[in-house]
Amino acid sequence: MDARTEFDENAGPLAGHYVLHLFITGATPNSTRAVRNLKDICEQYLPGRYELTIVDIYQQPELAKSEQIIAAPTLVRKQPLPVRRLIGDLSNRERTLAALDLPLRPDFEL
Amino acid sequence: MSTAAPAVVTPLPRLPKAPTGIDGLDEITEGGLPLGRPTLVCGSAGCGKTLMAMEFLVRGVQDFGDPGVFMAFEETADELAANVASLGFDLPALQAAGKLRLDHVHVDRSEIEETGEYDLEGLFIRLGHAIDSIGAKRVVLDTIEALFSGFPNQGVLRSEIRRLFRWLKDRGVTTVITAERGEGSLTRQGLEEYVSDCVILLDNRVIDQITTRRLRIVKYRGTTHGTNEYPYLITEDGFSVLPVTSLKLEHTVSDNIVSSGVPGLDAMFGRKGFFEGSSILLTGTAGTAKTTLAVSFAAEMCRQGKRCLYFAFEESPPQLVRNMQSVGLDLREYLASGLLRIEASRPTLNGLEQHLVTIHRIIADDRPDAVVIDPISNLISVGSISEVRSMLTRLIDFLKVNGITALMTSLISGRNAQQEMTEEGVSSLVDTWITVRDLEGIGERNRGLSILKSRGMAHSNQVREFLVTNEGIRLLDVVLGPTGIVTGAGRRAQQLRDELEALTQQQEHERQDRELERRRRVLEGTIANLRTEFESVEDELRRIDLETQARQRLGE
Repeated sequence: MDARTEFDENAGPLAGHYVLHLFITGATPNSTRAVRNLKDICEQYLPGRYELTIVDIYQQPELAKSEQIIAAPTLVRKQPLPVRRLIGDLSNRERTLAALDLPLRPDFEL
Repeated sequence: MSTAAPAVVTPLPRLPKAPTGIDGLDEITEGGLPLGRPTLVCGSAGCGKTLMAMEFLVRGVQDFGDPGVFMAFEETADELAANVASLGFDLPALQAAGKLRLDHVHVDRSEIEETGEYDLEGLFIRLGHAIDSIGAKRVVLDTIEALFSGFPNQGVLRSEIRRLFRWLKDRGVTTVITAERGEGSLTRQGLEEYVSDCVILLDNRVIDQITTRRLRIVKYRGTTHGTNEYPYLITEDGFSVLPVTSLKLEHTVSDNIVSSGVPGLDAMFGRKGFFEGSSILLTGTAGTAKTTLAVSFAAEMCRQGKRCLYFAFEESPPQLVRNMQSVGLDLREYLASGLLRIEASRPTLNGLEQHLVTIHRIIADDRPDAVVIDPISNLISVGSISEVRSMLTRLIDFLKVNGITALMTSLISGRNAQQEMTEEGVSSLVDTWITVRDLEGIGERNRGLSILKSRGMAHSNQVREFLVTNEGIRLLDVVLGPTGIVTGAGRRAQQLRDELEALTQQQEHERQDRELERRRRVLEGTIANLRTEFESVEDELRRIDLETQARQRLGE
């Protein structure tokens, strides 16, 4: 199983529940950076209220079609709606947070 | 002494090509698109880029067994399938058969946020997966420029597109990339600099409210190709490129003769008719019975059991049938038996190319022995003279190659009646040229017919007067007057003069006879008188002689 799902025990049906899919291409530098950056963000900003799936589209190319993936890496925010697509290795932390509708400081509650 | 082995002539490898199966395109590309390389098809909106690309794939599957992948950046798979269904392309069935894959790539700027370094590997993976899943040999990217609206980082995009084309080439798939035409350049995003093997430009031009589509091969590396602009059409059967000049003058010819339907006209030709498969031009001013002559020919063909196709650009079929009845030509039985087919349409209904294709298609369906086009001069209203000429050139060539006898009428405007060149300039293309004209005298108009040329046979040099009678067209005998051939009232006057002259001559002759008789009788009378006188003198002399003898006897 190449798609790994990390599920936090404390996650509940909260309004701020995040479903994130990260599409990567194997172990390219961009992909590994994206995974590291995303995990970092989730730990800091969304403790206990996120569901992250990492898909390697080399292994599951049919998902690239169904999910409309063009660029790699791509992060798709499935929830909360609307669906957002973030392309790139997520190293621009400011833009990433803005695109995910997250505050700049981790302890700030929406 | 040199013992060099004779050089083994190995033909140089030719650039392998992938035939497109598109009507006419393989002819001008001399075999198709470069095999295993990308080809750029560019053009403005509404040129049929997508259609051409789709036909390339579908024909590839149907005619050449090459599976294909269509990557659409603008339309969804369902939209595409619906759009080309009207052309008879059943995309869902091809997909189900595993011969075709459609992949819609959705690009929406508003959903995309750049957060760092990225590449377009997703696209490569999708394309690679699609190719591998059906073993595709042909790929279409339609229109890859849509990516430029979705991804703000031009540097990444351009290097990725370059890499994509390189990658497609390495995979050995024949690719068609469509692109929107840009201002002053072939494509809006300058894609032509990445695709260097073959570039095809489609153009959509509106002249005098009539649209003509044209195709040109801008470049085709490593091979010769047609360099002209070729008109093309999008028909019910798909894309159709019409090569203008690739047709060669190589058609076979027939030695058979077909009748013109007018006995007097046949008699003017050395072989008593037209050559089968030749082209005949009938020019004349308005109201000189061009249509009647044309219908006479058509009816004659049908009477001999041959099929005739009549393109009427001025009259509707019922009107034509009715009008021809008045001159004793009943077309109804030929129409009923299917020997005659009348195709009537306004010239302005279509562009010229559309007309040409319509004519081609009907001819292909109907397989006629003769075709009548009445008139070709009307086509001028839908195109410039040079376009009409090129269309007619192609049409006449097409008919000749197929051995179809073609009769075309053309209206010459009254002012230029003397001008022997028809406006369309087709006179040099036709084999036989007949002209009908008004012979206008004092208070009357007569119709005269003459043959300007007839390739390959002797023909009369006379201008023959003809009448349109209840029984059709009748050529009148030539009447020679003191100043040449006379027609109409002049003809009648000449006839009267001739009769009068004959009568006078006869009377004179009779008078001379009578005179001679009288003189003879006078002379005979005179001879009788003289004879009587002579007899009196003789008597007198005899009396004197007797008296003299008597006197002598008395004297003794």
